[in-house]
Amino acid sequence: MKAPTLISLGLAAALFWSAPLQAEDAPLKVGFVYVSPIGDAGWTYMHDRARQIVDKEFGDRVETNYVESVSEGSDSQRVIRNLSANGHDLIFTTSFGYMNPTIRVAQRFPNVRYEHATGYKTAENVGNYQARAYQGRYLAGMAAGAMTETDTIGYVAGFPIPEVLRGINAFTLGVREVNPDASVRVSWINSWHDPAKERESASSLIRQDADVLTMHADSPAVVQAAQDEGVYGIGYNSNMESYGPDAHLTSVMMHWEPIYREKIQAVLDGSWESKSIWYGLSEGVVKMAPMHPDIPESVTERISKHRNAIINGDREVFQGPVRNQDGEEIIAEGESLSDGQLLEINWYVEGIKGKLPN
Amino acid sequence: MRIEARPTPSHTMRYLSPLLALGLTLTTGAAIFAALGKAPLASLHAFFIEPISTVYGLSELFVKVTPLLLCATGLTLCFRAKVWNIGAEGQFVFGALIAGAVSLQLADYQGFWVLPVVIASGVLAGMAWAGIAAILLTRFRAHEILTTIMLNYIAIQLLLWSVHGPLKSPSGYNFPESELFSPQTLLPTLWGQYRVTIAILIALLMLAVVWTVLNRTLLGYQTRVMGENRQAARFAGFNGNRLIWILLLFSGGMAGMAGVSEVNGPVGQLTTNLALGYGYTAIIIVFMGRMHPLGVLLASLLLGLTYLGGENAQMTLGLPKSITGVFQGLLLFFLLACDFLISHRIVLAPIRSQPPNLSNTPVREVTRS
Repeated sequence: MKAPTLISLGLAAALFWSAPLQAEDAPLKVGFVYVSPIGDAGWTYMHDRARQIVDKEFGDRVETNYVESVSEGSDSQRVIRNLSANGHDLIFTTSFGYMNPTIRVAQRFPNVRYEHATGYKTAENVGNYQARAYQGRYLAGMAAGAMTETDTIGYVAGFPIPEVLRGINAFTLGVREVNPDASVRVSWINSWHDPAKERESASSLIRQDADVLTMHADSPAVVQAAQDEGVYGIGYNSNMESYGPDAHLTSVMMHWEPIYREKIQAVLDGSWESKSIWYGLSEGVVKMAPMHPDIPESVTERISKHRNAIINGDREVFQGPVRNQDGEEIIAEGESLSDGQLLEINWYVEGIKGKLPN
Repeated sequence: MRIEARPTPSHTMRYLSPLLALGLTLTTGAAIFAALGKAPLASLHAFFIEPISTVYGLSELFVKVTPLLLCATGLTLCFRAKVWNIGAEGQFVFGALIAGAVSLQLADYQGFWVLPVVIASGVLAGMAWAGIAAILLTRFRAHEILTTIMLNYIAIQLLLWSVHGPLKSPSGYNFPESELFSPQTLLPTLWGQYRVTIAILIALLMLAVVWTVLNRTLLGYQTRVMGENRQAARFAGFNGNRLIWILLLFSGGMAGMAGVSEVNGPVGQLTTNLALGYGYTAIIIVFMGRMHPLGVLLASLLLGLTYLGGENAQMTLGLPKSITGVFQGLLLFFLLACDFLISHRIVLAPIRSQPPNLSNTPVREVTRS
């Protein structure tokens, strides 16, 4: 009795899995949709780097394709749909604005799996993934707080959405952890990728006394500006040391390959299911670039102590007591923010100068 | 071989030049593909044929073309009169913003009147935005190129502010997006599962209207005269200000409609990413299309196709996105180059055999030596 059951189970599984895989030994086709050109640094560069890594690791079992510079308007839905119709079995859509288009296309292709980055909607065949970049921001903030002499740090930021505010807040908490007198100034550029504007904002922050800069935007323009104007800079997404060898304190790096590896493996195994995952330092999705030699050893030791504490779960970045800009206690001693609260954060912590837009 | 000015611009070349440019673009494109190590013909096929080889692909071409054609239709009339409205982008955004705000307000209302109200609000908003430039031009002689460009930035900032503030979805985790519009505020699609909406029919209808106005009405005549010679138009007693108002309001309304076609069409909500440059691309389309309604239609189809082809080339050939820009650049470059042949011609005969032109001969001898 056992053998036939197993065989029929196997047959059922084979039937089930051959539908999305088309033929049994055909490679799994994985598509990626990028919001900007791949370039040499930044958000899309790191997604594509991860794509190349997993493409190599899985070898013949996987074929990857991508489409870059896909605008978040009506174009994205066509691109996601075309990838689906082209026989892709798993599609990663790597920008927030692709959320609704991904959900819409997914309804029409129930056999294709979708993974959307940085959003909040899921469906039967749509999961989402996100990086706890704020953990790295906190550590970078500690380096910035230790190195500033003017006690003013500049932060060039894209849009005032929760993901960015989490980063600014975590960074500021890190700054104040080592230097309670320092404050952070934010300059909003309303763009993810506008090197000219990023650079201009960096210069204007330097004129306002900032001597350490960081940013939440895609290009390395801020690190370049820091190098040219003789201040420190902290990179984001990729290691930006080559853009400012003297200025570069460290970079908060996003390594997406653990997520891509896990998701592709899950589809190959047939164990994929729609999930929301949020990986950080512990999973190796968020990493720190090597620290600048100017940073005193006492500080780097302290940073790695905090890093280990976060990885071990001994401490949270948003761990009370935390006060907001008006000095009100938002997180009480001994408490910390839940993931739900982190996802919709819309306030500034104490130590940030200027008003939050809207 | 030498180049000389034609006594009168060549009518034939005016129509031949875009075709010549297209041929040169394809040839150069094939050479580029070959240099990149791809089979040239198969690549051109992937770029220009494959995207529209299915009904779905064709419908997507019209999705892409709809806002471009709507903007370009309005600009055709404007540019004919040499009223340089560079502000279709801002009029598009403001139209989209107001239509979106009205759609959100009417989310809970049913009835046949809902959609017309949404469309009208977008069109009127586009007209109002162009109207600002019209006031500045007719009352204060502020040049429309400057004012319309500056109004573009203001419209985009207004959109950003609204989507980050009052129109932000309350259930959207503070992301800068509005709620999704409810179905009765969306433009109906033409066929069930395809995304192309009735807005494409409006665009084609308005293109026919523009053709009729230009060729069959006094208004069209005045427009053409004003474009040819503003002084003459004034001497003929045309009311220049009135014409400027009509043209700017019309093109603003068309750009506003383009905004509606996008937000109440495939996008279905207000986001920060609505200003994708349709209003600017439309300017290129109008010039490529010789400011002629039929030419504008062809140019918008061709330019729309380069976008789709670029996406397809990435997906199937692994070519970079920049290939889209390369094709668009080549097309414009060759078009401008070929346009030179409208006013000039290449004479292959040796110089000596030219029939002597007595009055000019000594001068020519001097310049040649």
